Amino acid sequence: MIETLTLMKPELIITFIIFLLLFIKIGKGVKSETMLLLIQVLLLLNFITGFIFNSEGNLFDGMYQTTAMMALQKNILSLGIYLISLLFASWFKKSEHMLEFFILMLSALLGMFFLISSGNLLMFFLALELATIPVAAMANFDLDKKVSSEAAMKMILSSAFSSGILLFGISLIYGATGTISFTELPLYLDGSPLQILAFLFLFTAFAFKLSIVPFHLWTADVYEGSPIAVTSFLSVISKGAVTFIFISTLYKVFQPINEVWYNMIMILSIASMVIGNLFALRQQNIKRFIAFSSIAQVGFILVGISSNSAQGISSVVYFILIYIFSNLAAFGVASAISSQTGKENINDYKGLYQTNPFLSLVLVLALFSLAGIPPTAGFFGKLFLLTAGASKGSYLFITIAALNMIISLYYYLRIVRAVFMEKNEQPIEKIEIDLSAKFALTICAAGIVLIGLLSWTYDYIQSLS
Amino acid sequence: MPNVTYIALIPLLPLAAFLILGIFGRKYFKNTSGIIATALLLISTLLAVYTAYGYFFEYGKVDGIYQKLIPLKYTWLQFSEGVSIDMGIIIDPISVMMLVVVTFISLMVHIYSLGYMKGDDRFPTYYAFLGLFTFSMLGLIISSNIFQIYIFWELVGVSSFLLIGYYYDKPSAVAACKKAFIVTRFADVGFLIGILILSFYSNTLDFNKLIERLTTPESNELKNAVAASFLGISALTWGLVLVFIGGAGKSAMFPLHIWLPDAMEGPTPVSALIHAATMVVAGVFLVARLFPVFSISSPNALSLVGYVGAISALIAAVIACTQTDIKRVLAYSTMSQIGYMMFALGVSKYGGEDGLGYTASMFHLFTHAIFKALLFLGAGAVIHYIHSNEMKDMGGLRKYLPITHITFLIACLAISGVPPFAGFFSKEEILLAAYQNNKTIYWVALITSGLTSFYMFRLYFSIFWGRTRPSSFKRDCDEVKGEGGFVMMLPLVLLAFGAATAGFIPFGHFISSDRITLENKFHLMFSISPVALGLTGIIIAMWMYKKENNKPEKFAAMSSGLYKAAYHKFYIDEIYIFITQKIIFNLIARPTAWFDKNIVDGMINATGEGTKEISEKIKTFQSGKIQQYAICFLVGLISLALLFIYVWK
Repeated sequence: MIETLTLMKPELIITFIIFLLLFIKIGKGVKSETMLLLIQVLLLLNFITGFIFNSEGNLFDGMYQTTAMMALQKNILSLGIYLISLLFASWFKKSEHMLEFFILMLSALLGMFFLISSGNLLMFFLALELATIPVAAMANFDLDKKVSSEAAMKMILSSAFSSGILLFGISLIYGATGTISFTELPLYLDGSPLQILAFLFLFTAFAFKLSIVPFHLWTADVYEGSPIAVTSFLSVISKGAVTFIFISTLYKVFQPINEVWYNMIMILSIASMVIGNLFALRQQNIKRFIAFSSIAQVGFILVGISSNSAQGISSVVYFILIYIFSNLAAFGVASAISSQTGKENINDYKGLYQTNPFLSLVLVLALFSLAGIPPTAGFFGKLFLLTAGASKGSYLFITIAALNMIISLYYYLRIVRAVFMEKNEQPIEKIEIDLSAKFALTICAAGIVLIGLLSWTYDYIQSLS
Repeated sequence: MPNVTYIALIPLLPLAAFLILGIFGRKYFKNTSGIIATALLLISTLLAVYTAYGYFFEYGKVDGIYQKLIPLKYTWLQFSEGVSIDMGIIIDPISVMMLVVVTFISLMVHIYSLGYMKGDDRFPTYYAFLGLFTFSMLGLIISSNIFQIYIFWELVGVSSFLLIGYYYDKPSAVAACKKAFIVTRFADVGFLIGILILSFYSNTLDFNKLIERLTTPESNELKNAVAASFLGISALTWGLVLVFIGGAGKSAMFPLHIWLPDAMEGPTPVSALIHAATMVVAGVFLVARLFPVFSISSPNALSLVGYVGAISALIAAVIACTQTDIKRVLAYSTMSQIGYMMFALGVSKYGGEDGLGYTASMFHLFTHAIFKALLFLGAGAVIHYIHSNEMKDMGGLRKYLPITHITFLIACLAISGVPPFAGFFSKEEILLAAYQNNKTIYWVALITSGLTSFYMFRLYFSIFWGRTRPSSFKRDCDEVKGEGGFVMMLPLVLLAFGAATAGFIPFGHFISSDRITLENKFHLMFSISPVALGLTGIIIAMWMYKKENNKPEKFAAMSSGLYKAAYHKFYIDEIYIFITQKIIFNLIARPTAWFDKNIVDGMINATGEGTKEISEKIKTFQSGKIQQYAICFLVGLISLALLFIYVWK
């Protein structure tokens, strides 16, 4: 019993918070400012407790497993959720249904925790659904906007489609090997065509969640239609969680057929980088822009995953950590601007520096980090991904990746140029930022600078992998 | 060795200036920021000179060899066993020499800018950027680790970007800074891949270990690096060539030079500091830093360096003869002179007398920094006075700007290689080294040296002699009153003194390829031909430009094809535009778009006909495209399945 408690500590804490929020919801209304503060404190506590009393082991006949690395991954997600609760504070306060929103978001997070810890395809499937369905409801949260409902509808339909294929894949795997346990599966995998087909079905489900080309089409509409808090949740937290489980299933479960998936990853990675970049070049809407550029970023993550080594794991986890800071900072700034002025076009950002120096600096730092310009952390993240990928020896692949870094540099700099250098007769007026959002943006900016410079962060991740 | 950790202060003081002025400058030091930055840099300069004195005369030499000392090292990131990124300081002859050059030139520019940038709205920002640049450049010089040098390399790029785009309300400046950043970044990718290759084979990022492992013929690392090959060229050569591409980007070598002329959009003192004396020689410095590896283990890569340098030197000199914007003439001249330094390294060998090219290259780097900074600052004084960069607006200025005139003349004589000015000595050594090792390069260099004195004196006579100024300018100029005061003239005079005397330094005593003292030999007979050629160039320039006449036009008409090609910089920019816009956009982007529009969409539409019926009915609550997404998903899945089950097993 005690063992169950300690091993499942992260999930239990999240469940506890969900129930707490439910009870508060039933009771008499509390002022939304107080409520939000309470939630922020709870999430901070959740993040802090993620560091202590971690143990390793299995539960329920291996259905649930946890290691120090998984605890770290979960905690990275907790940090992301905490930052989201701070960043979009003004949006939350305006919403009548803030509590429901957090209940949904935490349910999705719970799903992700189980996803990371799953030791069995059944568990994996359930957790993936739990991590997806609440997000579709969240996407619908701008209740008076039609695009928001459209985004939710599109998300739920395409997710259902991908889940169907995933389930088909799982049943094929069971048919071909007679097991769905992660520990037993590798023993039965020999690369027969049926197994490859089944694996592909699974693989596409991952690719769908990570918006890898050509399974990415839902991304742009959903990202653009959803409220910005949900967009950032989808592009940062969901992606992080799925990446974590993706890499561990590939490395542990599907290790016997690593030659097959190496080639798949290479093809899809190149496609994602190239197409993500080409589309991002054309975007004028900042949310759509970040969405497409995040497709290209996933292409880079795949480069790291392709290495099939301990360095692959550590570089990917490190990159996700940096990606959370950089992308949340960019979204935070975009949200602050769009919620007060309604402007989302890149041309509106011209001359932003004159009126909003703090927001501009954070945005530029975030974009530099996303583009991978030293000495921001994003540079080290990308560098480690590339080095990890290079250890496999496919230099053509690495060269294409490096060239894509340059293309992406162009469009990230386009925004930097608009913010700092271009003149605008009517720049966006001075924006009042919520104190907690300012705090979160500062944390993000500090993270972007420091994670690269403090080498122990990478050393620590490496020691776990 | 005494405790020399104070060397860390040399780069840290400009960093402090950057931080202080960057954060508090606009609020608290609106007017005093220039003084603060200059004072901090003065301390740095004194420390650098003190370091140089101590190193060269007291503790640097052990048994006749200058040592590579590492007074500070901090392991920053243990990448894997053996490979670590360190932050360290390396002290050897070239880094000490560069410390003095960079701090001194930067100090001159700081002082000069006190006058030149006076009254500018963003005065503190300007000095903050200068501080950032100086810090990054000094950090680059003392890097003990190839990765550390890369980080500072990028920082230098960023600060150069900021300074070129300093006049951010000028669209041309914004375009120029973007161009510079993207071109050099492109080259930097080569550098990064080069670093990865070199470190992969040598299993270290530390310069000393890397050089040692890749130059010892018995070492396994060298054997592996030479044995592995790609497209018939060894991995070692690939690594070095890629590193050189990075250097060529920063040093504006052909064909990556296109950013340098445009970079002249920055304030003139910045051009003097960054785009003439310091940053652009970073590529030369990088090759010099890895010189033993180039020279001992991969002579092919080194001869590439030589030829690229020679081609750049010649092309830039021809283009410089036709430009009419004085800063652009100087920019091309810089590219040409850096070409000299590059091919001097390219023709050099390792050790002893054969290493003359190495010494000569570093010597020229040293003297060039002085006289080119002087030329730019002089040009700055002219521009400050006349408010124009164009030669046609100038003429007869010697009466109005006497000090500028004399110092500019000294610099012109120095760059033309007229004895006894500084350029003469360093250029002689370069030519001698080229003569001994590679006759082709020698002839190219000789022609270039004639062209150099022609275009420099074309510039000189057009600015200071020739017709008197049109009266319309007189009104404008008289408002400025003279030459900009003491702060602008002091650097000119100091630099002119350097340009006149620096050649007498026995450079071989301090810097040589194997760090053993090399005696300077002077060949009187040998220097006759270049000097004669140089004087001829000067005389032709005098004949054509000293008095107002139509000889230049006639000459241009006579050689119209070449003149036009050179005037348009041999259409290299157009070629780049052609490649990016016509080839990449038309041949890649258009077909992709067409494919996307017609094939992909068409296919989806065709397969979607069936689903369309159903979708019509539920169209009220969705946009009607989601089924296309699903089809795309399925098509992707099926093609992957076909590919991996049937084709790519």
